[in-house]
Amino acid sequence: MIETLQNLLSFLPEVVQSLIIIAVKILAIVLPIMGAVAYLTLAERKVISYIQVRIGPNRVGPRGLLQPIADALKLIMKEVIIPTKANPYLFMIAPVLAFAPAIAAWAVVPFDEGMVLSNIDASLLYILAITSMGVYGVILAGWASNSKYAFLGAMRSAAQIVSYEIAMGFALVTVLMAAGSLNLTEIVNAQQGGVWMWFFIPLWPMFLVYYIAGLAETNRAPFDVAEGESEIVAGFHVEYSGMSFSIFFLAEYANMILIALLTALMFCGGWLSPFQGIPGLEALFSWVPGIIWLLLKTSFFLFLFLWFRATFPRYRYDQIMRLGWKVLIPITILWVLLLGLAIVEGWGPWFG
Amino acid sequence: MAFELIIFYIFSAILVGSALAVVVVRNPVYAALFLVLAFFTCAGIWLLLEAEFLAITLVLVYVGAVMVLFLFVVMMLDIDLAPLKEGFIKFLPVGIAVGVIILIQMAMILGPENFGLEKFATPEAQGSDYSNTKALGRILYTTYVYPFEIAAVILLVAIIAAIALTLRKRPETKSQNVAEQVKVRRDDRVRLVKMPATKKDEVQS
Repeated sequence: MIETLQNLLSFLPEVVQSLIIIAVKILAIVLPIMGAVAYLTLAERKVISYIQVRIGPNRVGPRGLLQPIADALKLIMKEVIIPTKANPYLFMIAPVLAFAPAIAAWAVVPFDEGMVLSNIDASLLYILAITSMGVYGVILAGWASNSKYAFLGAMRSAAQIVSYEIAMGFALVTVLMAAGSLNLTEIVNAQQGGVWMWFFIPLWPMFLVYYIAGLAETNRAPFDVAEGESEIVAGFHVEYSGMSFSIFFLAEYANMILIALLTALMFCGGWLSPFQGIPGLEALFSWVPGIIWLLLKTSFFLFLFLWFRATFPRYRYDQIMRLGWKVLIPITILWVLLLGLAIVEGWGPWFG
Repeated sequence: MAFELIIFYIFSAILVGSALAVVVVRNPVYAALFLVLAFFTCAGIWLLLEAEFLAITLVLVYVGAVMVLFLFVVMMLDIDLAPLKEGFIKFLPVGIAVGVIILIQMAMILGPENFGLEKFATPEAQGSDYSNTKALGRILYTTYVYPFEIAAVILLVAIIAAIALTLRKRPETKSQNVAEQVKVRRDDRVRLVKMPATKKDEVQS
């Protein structure tokens, strides 16, 4: 497909050619993400409805399937209100700062062997660095709104994200120790050989820590104190309306999909088939392309996000901080030491 | 090459402009944000130097953590700017003198006579498969392992000292002891009392 495009564009200068090809690749990543975000909102409402023995949205289109499009149209039509005495520049730039890192992180995410926009060497570090930028959108939104509720939400969110980033970073350190590389493609390839080689077995506590920290980083229930409706209305985006509000939503859901995908890539073998190394089943399922496995695993982790939201009550703020600093970080540090020992001694099939 | 040069000049212009704005703008929140912009463009320039590990670490550490806390503090404090600006004219000559001296010193050391291309040859551009991260790790954990470890220990001591300085016991706060809460058994809190069943009339009589 890329070759035919190259042939079509061969009359243009080389720089313009490569720019157009990169732009097409970016579109091929961003448009499906936007679609996935739209339908994730529907999936969330449907899943939570069925958990609560309701039907959920079922009016727009067959079985409510056009609901996200109706929602998007409604949000686009609405007026964008800037509160009095708010800082208009920062107020409008905050959603952009939340959204841009959420999309930019996808530049290095591989979807299959070789199916990646930019196969850089330190892609894991890049993702960690870029996603840590997202907190600016939240802080600025809270501050620029000139509202107490928004400011409180922003403060909570900033403290929470900075705290859980440490646990998340340490969990990623164990992944890169086990794989011996920072490159996501090589991390997946290091898990070749069957389900028992996937990193969630030797790194089981880190797998849990990463997923919990991911929940906290994306401000999802049960860690959604940043927008705790019962105490601070809706947190940092209480003053936003229309499209500027929906951009925050897009960023949050894009981040959720990213965390689910990264969990699948780093701990559950990415695009590798779960039947690898099992005689009979491996041949039976060899026709399934790798990206299908990756998307299935991602969907499972996304379902967990929704399931948790419907199941667990919200954490109290001091309990969140305690969990982050006093439980998760000590576990990660201990596991880094243990893993170092395991690698030196060559324990199990993973480090042999 | 020309394309890289254009990017370099654009990034440099943004970097110098935002660095200047950090000092000049009146609103401290704007100043902090311009500092973020300066760090980010600086990371871009380091990427042009093929120092991708340092560039990403700069974004991760300074933009992602340090400046967030900075912004946190700046937003929380209600800084009264009027007393800070008092005596601007009085201190101006001293400020200018110090600035000029620093400028001359930097020009003496960083000038082209010390750092020109004839002193240091242009570093060779590495291929796309060259791993800057791996090279840095190898040199840091072999040749420079002792300085690296000493630096790490000093940082650890600084962390512990900072915590020890700010830690204070406040007996009046009603903070919870989670270990104690978890340890509680049912028998500690609930006592079942066995009583014979009685009828309504018997109680009245």
